[in-house]
Amino acid sequence: MEPLFIYPEYEVVRDEARCIACRVCERQCANEVHYYDERLGKMLADSTKCVNCHRCVCVCPTHALKIRKSDDTYKVNANWENSTINEVYRQAGTGGVLLSSMGNPKPYPVYWDKLLVNASQVTNPSIDPLREPMETTVYLGKKSAKIERDANGRLRDTLAPQLKLSTPIMFSAMSYGSISYNAHESLARAAQELGIYYNTGEGGLHRDFYQYGKNTIVQVASGRFGVFAEYLENNAAIEIKMGQGAKPGIGGHLPGEKISDEVSVTRMIPKGVDAISPAPHHDIYSIEDLRQLIFSLKEATAYKKPVIVKIAAVHNVAAIASGIARSGADIIALDGFRGGTGAAPTRIRDNVGIPIELALAAIDARLRQEGIRDDVSLVVAGSIRSSADLVKAIALGADACYIGTAALLALGCHLCRTCHSGKCNWGIATQRPELVKRLNPDVGYKRLVNLVHAWTHELQEMMGGMGINSVEALRGNRLMLRGVGLTEKELSILGVRHAGE
Amino acid sequence: MILEGQERIPSGCAITGVIDRSGNPMSGEDMIRSIAVMHDRSNGLGGGFAGYGIYPDYKDFYAFHLFYDDTFAKQQTEEFLARHFEIAYASEIQTHKIPEITNEPLIYRYFLSPLRRKLESSHLDEGEYTARCVNRINAGITGAYVFSSGKNMGIFKAVGFPEDVGRFYRLDEYFGYSWTCHGRYPTNTPGWWGGAHPFGLLEYSVVHNGEISSYDANRRHMEMFGYQCTLQTDTEVIAYIFDYLLRRKGLTLTEAAHVIAPSFWTTIANKSEEERAQETLLRKMFPSLLITGPFSIILGYTGGLMALNDRLKLRSMVVAERGDRAYIASEEAAIRVIRPELDKIRAPAGGEPVIFELYDRNGGK
Repeated sequence: MEPLFIYPEYEVVRDEARCIACRVCERQCANEVHYYDERLGKMLADSTKCVNCHRCVCVCPTHALKIRKSDDTYKVNANWENSTINEVYRQAGTGGVLLSSMGNPKPYPVYWDKLLVNASQVTNPSIDPLREPMETTVYLGKKSAKIERDANGRLRDTLAPQLKLSTPIMFSAMSYGSISYNAHESLARAAQELGIYYNTGEGGLHRDFYQYGKNTIVQVASGRFGVFAEYLENNAAIEIKMGQGAKPGIGGHLPGEKISDEVSVTRMIPKGVDAISPAPHHDIYSIEDLRQLIFSLKEATAYKKPVIVKIAAVHNVAAIASGIARSGADIIALDGFRGGTGAAPTRIRDNVGIPIELALAAIDARLRQEGIRDDVSLVVAGSIRSSADLVKAIALGADACYIGTAALLALGCHLCRTCHSGKCNWGIATQRPELVKRLNPDVGYKRLVNLVHAWTHELQEMMGGMGINSVEALRGNRLMLRGVGLTEKELSILGVRHAGE
Repeated sequence: MILEGQERIPSGCAITGVIDRSGNPMSGEDMIRSIAVMHDRSNGLGGGFAGYGIYPDYKDFYAFHLFYDDTFAKQQTEEFLARHFEIAYASEIQTHKIPEITNEPLIYRYFLSPLRRKLESSHLDEGEYTARCVNRINAGITGAYVFSSGKNMGIFKAVGFPEDVGRFYRLDEYFGYSWTCHGRYPTNTPGWWGGAHPFGLLEYSVVHNGEISSYDANRRHMEMFGYQCTLQTDTEVIAYIFDYLLRRKGLTLTEAAHVIAPSFWTTIANKSEEERAQETLLRKMFPSLLITGPFSIILGYTGGLMALNDRLKLRSMVVAERGDRAYIASEEAAIRVIRPELDKIRAPAGGEPVIFELYDRNGGK
């Protein structure tokens, strides 16, 4: 039997009256959708190749292009949707595991959108951030420390090493290899200018970026790619990646076509060969093994740097976090199931893990019940889409948030969710030099700086409205939240009251 | 009707306080006159006083003041007290029945000393032992509420206007070296006496005017250390924070003030290297105890008073001195009415702690 033809999900629509056949779309599309027909003297498109990245739509000088969701449909079936049927056809044709990129797109509840924020009036004035200081600086790290004094009675600094953030936002782990050199440069320079941190992900650290070490968090993942002495030196903190929200329970897979010369050197692996990071760390089969890795890294860095442990939000995450807090970690990074990825098996991305809001609320409550919330800071990731999500996350108990998808959007990503193909037309999730150069780091870093500034202003506006002038006083301040349309159970897990109460 | 503690009730208020630094005793009469001037800052839904040095004959005993809803609660509590303390003296607190104060609960006073054997086997110091007993009564015995638990000090409070509360408790008959007073303006109230201020734990008492926006961040943090915020009032959590920072962590008053109402980072950056290091360290160590939103408070403790405003000074407060006496109040008029001529008077800056103590903290008369 021939492979079944599957009608494309999205169609390229060209306004013939506007098209001047300049062929920009053709040159810009790495998926080779557009072509010029000499005989007809006009541009045509093969929608079957289109991933809907909107590159052509954005670069078309006459705005002649748009992408439309196809209205082709199988017989309508609430149980067997078109996409479900197509996936069966694909798997029947290839025998393969379905791959996807970026975060879970399924319509699971988004709890951020069911939480509302408070404002002051009458008994308590709101504060105008344009006229009064509105502090967003946070320090991440263990807060529990003994009070000791020197001979003059002054307090000794007994605190464990801390990360200072000018605003409670950091750029999530995205590896060099999964994203481009220019994307990494944009993130690193933006982090430096903003006084925050970016995260190398598991792909090692390019030597060119050692200069941004003071604003760099390096990751040690199960593949240990690019981990060596200089890697542990040129950073402000080290993150052990135990799990990722988009794909809990499995490792990473960087296809060979993305392993260029530079990626190969940085990761310390052969060129052109798939880079597989194993599902577990093979030296960590239990919590006591994690403790050993945490302290190995602390020994290697003379106890001068905080160690972060990143985990995916899964069912028993509160107990896991409690174990990690007692195992020497300074910071726990928590990644929810809507978090992005450069490549993940579709079934895992769409079905494994739990929403970040519930995981965060459960962990914060558990650590407090056990009296160890001060032993760790909590950084939250997994689809923080706006400053409103950020405010709500902090009020639920987060110290800061990681943003990944939002940062990529700032660089031009249009969430076509095809990162795994390596043909990113925006120069982000690709290693092809002709595509990478489309992302200009001078422009990219500025857009990231703008985004974080904008969110910080909005954070300050909302804090001011609540009468809070320092972000520390928002953290875990759940009375500032109310739920709408939530069940008693959801409210009790979130630890918030319903609107009207 | 929801009781105090089951719902959070914002309130505005009036506060006033006085200390005689040479330790000369004063009756509560002046405080009554002072707070009466600020009548319009209260709405009749709560008033109270704290006096220090008022029990010289029992100065080595913890003085517990209790509200009981009924005799059953009293019986349960007294059994609990007998299991944990030697009771030196117990009696009903004498009051003066006046028409303005109604619905009074049973009000009792006990002078207590921890049972030595119990205390030793608990491996706690005396203060921690006593504080835990207070918490257990308040959280565990329905209808009983310890509202004062320090040595040689006492809190007196009720639902009503503060000047009436003062007359009700016959405070003109008590003599202490320092006093604080509070008139409450809650937006609504179940009319429960325990919800009035001052709020106290052991020697610390807090009167407070304001509504803190950091409340739940502070409360949830303090609950980690065994402080159960049963009242959901700002004053309660502020008193616990002081107890935690001063008694349990051993910070100085000024250090505690820098935790609660720290200078802004931009201000800290311009301080001397030593101050910068100390204040930065305190903010890094205790970020969850920073209090935002408007407040003016007077912290009472053995031998002194501390006045503190929020970092933006969103509530009025003035301090004044005349001879040995020092005064703190929401309004200058409340000071002038009891001492028209003053040597000094000023409004402290936001976040600036003002501390007045006995010249000889240990040997006050």
